[in-house]
Amino acid sequence: MKLGASLIIGGALFALAIFVGLFAPWLAHTDPVMDANLINAEEPPSWTWWFGTDAQGRDIYSRVVHGARISLTVGIVSQLVNSVIGVTLGLTAGYWGGWWDDFVNGLTNLMLAIPSLIFALAIMAVLGPGLTSLLIALGLTNWSFTCRIARASTLSLKSQGYVQAARVLGYGDLRIMITQLLPNMLGPIIVIGTLGMGGAVLAEAALSFLGLGIRPPYPSWGSMLSEARDQITTAPWLSIFPGLAIFLTVLGLNLLGDGLRDILDPQSRSRRT
Amino acid sequence: MTGPPLIEVEDLRIDLTVGPSRVAAVEGISFRIDRGETFGLVGESGSGKSITALALIGLLRQPLSIGAGAIRFEGREIQGLPAAEQRTLRGNRIAMIFQEPMTALNPVSPVGRQIAEMFVLHKGKNWREANRLAVEALASVRVPAPERRVNDYPHQLSGGMRQRVMIAIALACGPDLLIADEPTTALDVTVQAEIIELMRNLCAERGTAILMISHDLGLVANVCRRVAVMYAGRIVEERGSADIFRACAHPYTQGLVDSLPRLGSRAALGRTRLREIAGVVPAITNFPEGCRFNPRCARATDICRTTAPETTLLGAGGLVRCHHHA
Repeated sequence: MKLGASLIIGGALFALAIFVGLFAPWLAHTDPVMDANLINAEEPPSWTWWFGTDAQGRDIYSRVVHGARISLTVGIVSQLVNSVIGVTLGLTAGYWGGWWDDFVNGLTNLMLAIPSLIFALAIMAVLGPGLTSLLIALGLTNWSFTCRIARASTLSLKSQGYVQAARVLGYGDLRIMITQLLPNMLGPIIVIGTLGMGGAVLAEAALSFLGLGIRPPYPSWGSMLSEARDQITTAPWLSIFPGLAIFLTVLGLNLLGDGLRDILDPQSRSRRT
Repeated sequence: MTGPPLIEVEDLRIDLTVGPSRVAAVEGISFRIDRGETFGLVGESGSGKSITALALIGLLRQPLSIGAGAIRFEGREIQGLPAAEQRTLRGNRIAMIFQEPMTALNPVSPVGRQIAEMFVLHKGKNWREANRLAVEALASVRVPAPERRVNDYPHQLSGGMRQRVMIAIALACGPDLLIADEPTTALDVTVQAEIIELMRNLCAERGTAILMISHDLGLVANVCRRVAVMYAGRIVEERGSADIFRACAHPYTQGLVDSLPRLGSRAALGRTRLREIAGVVPAITNFPEGCRFNPRCARATDICRTTAPETTLLGAGGLVRCHHHA
């Protein structure tokens, strides 16, 4: 079986990020928060300090490794929440139509009209900083694209012969949605989901950068970038490595999304076997 | 036959709502099908045969709705049943197969799973048991190597194989009535014969009644014991299928019979032209006054243009709707 290059590269990058996140305590050289030593402050990358050290003398490598935990948790969990909300609303709106469809459409347009980062900022301002608030804020603000795609797919799938056939064969609404509609729209939903996951990683970075996400001294890639802002000319490694981590993770997720789309299309599946 | 018929349609009218106005797409339809009987509904495109079938399984959707009349399944009115009960009827007691086997199967689900789903849905089996029954069902429609084929996706099967799978799904729960809506129109002629034979044999074995819908009078007469001919939303003639070629009463049926090539006839040998019925089926919104066939009818007189004919009973359970029937 031949897999696409984007799937392999994307999958490898994402798997690497997951691996690093899972085994952070074993991979890190030092404790990312406690091991501060001003004697080692702002060391450039070397054999001892792979990614260099920050102004407090903490190992950047260890902080990037631990930061993967937070960034990935936020990316995966918030996008899952988004997908569930988006698919549920879009699927039911497209299937039932009527006033429910109008309501969901209005809500989606409202969400699209407000920049999601501003909306997330507002939620964070109310809930206060922290991981849970981050998950809630990002999980509730990015479902509109998923919802639109789910609704559009439902509308086009609804008139397909097999959906009609399922109705004739006595399937209930819920069963039609789960067995006939959902699997047939999964391809685009997964692609949007992985893209959204990358977006959530970026949004977490942005919120933490603005000081509303993860609070120092705990390391998240965004908060590390935020702290590194002042030293970007004197100690560029402070921003390069967390930035690189964000870049590679988001790139991996986007490539993975593309590769998965090819795999999930049953017609291309048979070409390979 | 004693007791109520399996399905009985009485004076059915189906309305089509176009903007503020309603027109009757189908009206005055009455027929009955007994247990194990084969009944055919023949007509041109737009004559209302498919929406009649949809009405039978309670699946008419806006802009179509039942305007009048009754459909009774085993003596019980289908329309009055709660939605959940209607659903247990569909697929379980009344099943349907469609014209397009290419699109009637879910492309992302293996065919075995789609058959098994019927057992889970209607017979309360668990998936293991259902999967085993699915292999049996696939074997019963003569699909070779069913235990491997259950894992195939629809696009890996040919049109004939897909229609076999559709038949397996439709007959999975042992329904009392199978509605076949143009089941072989999309298939090659040789495959057509196989599928029809298979469907007829399986239904005969299980005592399943067939309601076959087609534009092909020859095919329907071949499969069914009784045939009703529809024209512009009305049944114009109902006969035993043996009688329909021998002595059809309605000029429209006569036209249909004449337009069929007969083996060995001068027309089939290409020496004369096949006879056609002049004109086209009128649009639903623009049915003519009186008898709806009158603009195309050679026998039409003044009464045909003003008064719709009532049904006249013929011998041997036949009936016709014509002022000047043969």
